[in-house]
Amino acid sequence: MKEALQQIKDTATSQLKEITDLQELDNLRVKFLGKKGELTNILKQMGKLSAEERPAMGQLANQVREFLENEVAAKQELLKKAAMEQKLKLETIDVTMPGTKVEKGHKHPLNIVLDDIKEIFIGMGFEIAEGPEIETDYYNFEALNLPKNHPARDTQDTFYISENMLLRTQTSPVQIRVMENKKPPIRIIAPGRVYRSDAVDATHSPVFHQIEGLVVDKNITMADLKGCLEAVVKKIYGESAVIRFRPHHFPFTEPSAEVDLQCFNCHGEGCRICKGEGWIEILGCGMVHPKVLSNCGINPEEYSGFAFGIGLERLVMGRYSIDDMRMFYENDVRFLSQF
Amino acid sequence: MNLSMKWLNDFVKIDMKPRDFCEGMTISGSKVEGYELENSEIQNVVVGKVNSMERHPDSDHLWICQIDVGEEEVQIVTGAQNVQVGDYVPVAKHKSLLPNGVKITKGKLRGVESYGMLCSLGELNLTVNDFPYAIADGIFILGDDCDKTVGMDICKAIGLDDMCVEFEITSNRPDCLSVRGLAREAAATFNSPLNLPKPTVKANQEKVEDYISVEVENKELCKRYMAAVVKNVKVGASPRYIRERLRASGVRPINNIVDITNYVMLEYGHPMHAFDLANIKNNKIVVRNAKAGEILETLDDTDRNLSEEMLVIADEEKPTAVAGVMGGKYSGISDETNTVVFEAACFEGSSVRLTAKKLGMRTESSARFEKGLDSRTCQEILARACQLIEELGVGEVISGVIDIDNDNTPAHTIKFEPDWTNRFLGVNIDRNEMTEILKKLDVTVDGDTITVPSYRKDLEHKADIAEEIARIYGYNKIPTTALSGFAQGGYSDRQKFTKNIGNNLQGMGANEIITYSFISPKLYDKIHLESDSKLRNSVTILNPLGEDSSIMRTTALPSMLDILSRNYNNRNPQARLYEIAKEYLPTSENELPTEKTKVILGFYGKNEDFYTIKGVVEAMLQDSGIENVEYVPEKNNPSYHPGRAARIVVCDTEIGIIGEIHPTVADEFSINAKVYVAEIDEDTIYSIHNKEKKYSPLPKFPASTRDIAVICDEELPVAEIEKVIKKQSGKILEKLEIFDVYRGSQLGEGKKSVAYALTLRSSERTLTVEECDTVMNKIINALETIGASIRK
Repeated sequence: MKEALQQIKDTATSQLKEITDLQELDNLRVKFLGKKGELTNILKQMGKLSAEERPAMGQLANQVREFLENEVAAKQELLKKAAMEQKLKLETIDVTMPGTKVEKGHKHPLNIVLDDIKEIFIGMGFEIAEGPEIETDYYNFEALNLPKNHPARDTQDTFYISENMLLRTQTSPVQIRVMENKKPPIRIIAPGRVYRSDAVDATHSPVFHQIEGLVVDKNITMADLKGCLEAVVKKIYGESAVIRFRPHHFPFTEPSAEVDLQCFNCHGEGCRICKGEGWIEILGCGMVHPKVLSNCGINPEEYSGFAFGIGLERLVMGRYSIDDMRMFYENDVRFLSQF
Repeated sequence: MNLSMKWLNDFVKIDMKPRDFCEGMTISGSKVEGYELENSEIQNVVVGKVNSMERHPDSDHLWICQIDVGEEEVQIVTGAQNVQVGDYVPVAKHKSLLPNGVKITKGKLRGVESYGMLCSLGELNLTVNDFPYAIADGIFILGDDCDKTVGMDICKAIGLDDMCVEFEITSNRPDCLSVRGLAREAAATFNSPLNLPKPTVKANQEKVEDYISVEVENKELCKRYMAAVVKNVKVGASPRYIRERLRASGVRPINNIVDITNYVMLEYGHPMHAFDLANIKNNKIVVRNAKAGEILETLDDTDRNLSEEMLVIADEEKPTAVAGVMGGKYSGISDETNTVVFEAACFEGSSVRLTAKKLGMRTESSARFEKGLDSRTCQEILARACQLIEELGVGEVISGVIDIDNDNTPAHTIKFEPDWTNRFLGVNIDRNEMTEILKKLDVTVDGDTITVPSYRKDLEHKADIAEEIARIYGYNKIPTTALSGFAQGGYSDRQKFTKNIGNNLQGMGANEIITYSFISPKLYDKIHLESDSKLRNSVTILNPLGEDSSIMRTTALPSMLDILSRNYNNRNPQARLYEIAKEYLPTSENELPTEKTKVILGFYGKNEDFYTIKGVVEAMLQDSGIENVEYVPEKNNPSYHPGRAARIVVCDTEIGIIGEIHPTVADEFSINAKVYVAEIDEDTIYSIHNKEKKYSPLPKFPASTRDIAVICDEELPVAEIEKVIKKQSGKILEKLEIFDVYRGSQLGEGKKSVAYALTLRSSERTLTVEECDTVMNKIINALETIGASIRK
């Protein structure tokens, strides 16, 4: 019997070596270790052994079983690994082939930049206000300290609907509407379309976009105006952006200023991009005129504020190096899909 | 405003690089647009003296000249016939540069060496207005008003060496449209001494009243009228310095009298006018409104039809000038003029503005008056003009002036509040420093009272004073502080809703477009809008750029089709576009129009059909919280295909339309492809959208799936079938999906088979087979009643 066990062990071991696939291995396992396998058959004969022989033989039989089971398991592991390798090899693809196309739409570049700016202001506690594009003369001009026949009206060639109704030439009327309806503190921006009677060319459009801003509270100073706008400009143009505040005139702010950005190309020396000036005008701003506050029922002795207006198109053209404003309104998909 | 730096230096010494001057002025509020040296293009052109001339041997019109140019004598061949030995002429030497990029080098003319060129006025970019004694088509022979040092740079010798600085002056500062005004700004900016002399006049013993009388009828529009008289005038060219300064300021020299009025206007920023007294009937000037039908030929040889609201300067008979705009031709100064009336007046700005606008002639004069000038300046400018007459010795000034002063505005005062100013600006400027700054600007501080000069009508309020202090102190010296206090920012619900729609549409492959909101009324025809459609009633622009942009759109459809057409004709094979577009609907006469927001989608391309756009719309509406959406066939919208359009309805509220654009409409827009559009009223969907999203627990019990296929008439919309299935199955219908639509001969003509997969599930228990069967039977029976029978 001992010999028979040894025989099984040897035969199984040598056959195991020849096996190349999992099916054969299973057959072999059944043949030697299965319920009707050779080892079981041998063990069935244990009854014929003497009581003295039995434990030793039992032990030997278990050793052989254990040995063979381990061998089969090891072989199985080996074969599985090989099979997996083979499978993976067959499944190899050309990973340089393009991906399955997903048609993704694009936001209009004007709105991409506008949304960035909205986020910047929201982060500073601003809300977003809106107002009508078809406005009354009162909101667009008079309440903003631009009475009828004010010469500054000439600089804003206005489209009129009737004597007292017009297409707003600026987003500033939203300031008035907000102040009439909300008590300070006020922190809003009002982005939107504005209209001026300019013929279409590479740098002019009768429709364009402005972003108006307004802050009104107790003790708002011109230093606050500077701090707020400097922070915004740095967020838009990067920390290294250099700006200057230059006195200007807007009827609805006093003091008024324009903000110039130092030319990123020549750093103020003057070059083609900045038309030799070294600076590029980016926005207008100022402290809200006391008359404007009074017009809206806000006491200028108690409150002060600042306002600003940013032209969106110029900003977007700068960011993406777009040299023709008409592209924004032609909406060619080859243009739109670049953003 | 073009400023001559030579002129400026009469009043304030500016000794710095042009760039620094421009930068400084810009930063203190007088924005410099650019600066230019008059002679920047001219190089190596000098004064030469003609030593000898001889005829060219091979030419009957060329002269060979030997010219002394200082350190040497050069030979130059010229074709001009006005040169004589002993003349001083401009010589462009070998390797010289002339305006407009002209380069002069030596060469041969018919075999004779020429080492340069003698120049005409034109070749130096000048005209006979600059040197009236010279001729246009010949060499410029230097007169006695030029420096005749041979070899001297020509620009220096003839005074073509000024620097012109171009300022952009804001409308609140008409006082800076003048040399004196800018001198004051420059002195304050650079902290330099300012010298603004007061003019003095000697005059003779006669009385001005004996020469002229003035009557002002309209005292509202003419706040002051002053006149002075000069007799025995010698009309001729002005001296060089006046011509030079006018040229640098962009004004053409004409004759000494006219030049003086222009010179004084540029110096003070206040226009003047000169009349020939001989042409003023009965020596009486009347300032009045024009009469209907009056016509005046102005100095620019144009007949002007005057209307009653216009203010004119007239004699007893007829108008002689449009007040503050332009003089009349017949009373203007001519070579025969003997006695001149100088006018210095102050006309009401808005009246001048409207008159100039109505006549379509904006002049240097009207541009200044319309901004509101100071009547107090009249006296000084009149004196200045007379002073110049005496200085030039070109006439005899009659003693006295006519002065009709209707301006009784008192000097404007403002309370001086240094503490408030510091708080307002966020600075800490010493009271004395503020006073000093204001003093430089001619603003006086006496105790707590600020008195502003009468020419600074823009200084009304303490905030205006704060700006003056801030800009001279330096805006860039004001510190920057962060906004204090807490504020809650963010998007409104509506803004989030709109933003989400955009994000969804982009995610589904649509590109956002932005279009003009005004359109051509013709586009309504192109989209086949019925002639009595309400949408044809648009807000109309009174002064549009053209018919193409003359009305505010009542529908965004034409804009979308226009952009689809542009893309189609730019050979883009496909496009998926959307716009969050405004539409403008008129209300009553004096009310603002309603501005509605539309979400409009437009698709074309080989992969697009009605169901692709519908799929996008369905997904977008679903994500926007719009439930129970129905699509009702729409056969009567003329812009859409009658068999491929649907109204989109939510619980009896119409929210939009979707469909294929009518082929003839597409054709109108030159699109030879099927175009699909959906228009959704964003205001409405926002108002009805379901804001609350609530979690429903994941199912605990298994679902049963059942398939059903029905045969029905082609005309029966699947929506009807679905309604029945939903109604009959009730709450246990979890999902209903169409998976096949089949048409074939075995079904019969005009029939279709529609197959659905139903998912049935109860949240309370496992459905039994019997329960499912019962429901399915109910469905089948109900479908029979609408003409859909089970396909076996």
